[in-house]
Amino acid sequence: PFKRYVEIGRIALVNYGKDYGKLVVIVDVIDQNRALVDAPDMVRGQMNFKRLTLTDIKIDIKRVPNKKTLIAAMEAADVKNKWENSSWGRKLIVQKKRASLNDFDRFKIMLAKIKKAGVVRQELAKLKKEATA
Amino acid sequence: MAPQQRKPHVCRNPELIRGVGKYSRSKMYHKRGLWAIKAKNGGAFPKHEKKAVDAAPAEKPPKFYPADDVKKPLVNKRKARPTKLRASITPGTVLIILAGRFKGKRVVFLKQLTSGLLLVTGPFKINGVPLRRVNQSYVIATSTKVDISGVNVEKFDDKYFGKKVEKKKKKGEGEFFEAEKEEKNTLPQDKKDDQKSVDAALIQSIEAVPDLKSYLGARFSLKAGMKPHELVF
Repeated sequence: PFKRYVEIGRIALVNYGKDYGKLVVIVDVIDQNRALVDAPDMVRGQMNFKRLTLTDIKIDIKRVPNKKTLIAAMEAADVKNKWENSSWGRKLIVQKKRASLNDFDRFKIMLAKIKKAGVVRQELAKLKKEATA
Repeated sequence: MAPQQRKPHVCRNPELIRGVGKYSRSKMYHKRGLWAIKAKNGGAFPKHEKKAVDAAPAEKPPKFYPADDVKKPLVNKRKARPTKLRASITPGTVLIILAGRFKGKRVVFLKQLTSGLLLVTGPFKINGVPLRRVNQSYVIATSTKVDISGVNVEKFDDKYFGKKVEKKKKKGEGEFFEAEKEEKNTLPQDKKDDQKSVDAALIQSIEAVPDLKSYLGARFSLKAGMKPHELVF
């Protein structure tokens, strides 16, 4: 029934707090509720499991590696690209892009949507005509 | 030589707590080298002569003392200056007008007038907004900028936009009612020419950017799901 386990090397997404939205590695388990967590751009620290959402990605590390080893292991497992190509990662990127849109950008997107819908409708009309003919 | 670059001097008497320095008065006297300055000057601190002050002309006692003490108002040295412009509003910024006849219109900012109001233009051909003054508070500044270098806005000030004062006609009883009726609704030709000259250069730089012309021609409105506090303008 469970596919993603809390284990050393499990990549998790922070879903609450100062580091919201970051990908972190679980490097140790402190007790029932907390984990020691580390990321290349942050100081290693503890986090409650409730603040983490587990992902499918896992890297191969020993318990509490030093920063250098951690970064090397993340490069070896290619965490960044795996995340950015996963559907979850792609959705987050799109959300961020949408949130940062300018008023002018929103206008341009509206024009593009209308254009695309027009092209789709034309093709559909063509296909319908062929179907009835 | 040009003014010499001095290295910023580290504080001689570091603060231990607020109000308490590390060194005592005598230690500071030694640190500042006042003993050396005195020695150089032969035992006393160097003095310079006081500038000669002209004796103030003798004031005569006033002839008249008022019965009650009248309080003088406090001195007020404040100067009137135009409202502080938001950092996001620079010449060429596209603004969204929020109130009035042109609410929702996207408009190009030209300059801030001395009264603090913003001088703004449609351009007129694109969205019907003429050269107009608008208050900063009724405007959202977007981050879209238009190149405004070819436009000369020196001649526009608040007087240009003031109401024209008509010469008072003599009150003839019969003429009174008829004369009121003819309201001059037509814009004088020179204002139309001003609009055209300002817009000519602007429209060129607007057409250089794809979709910007239709953007300025469209009105802004909040649609479903748009949260103004989360929108990036």
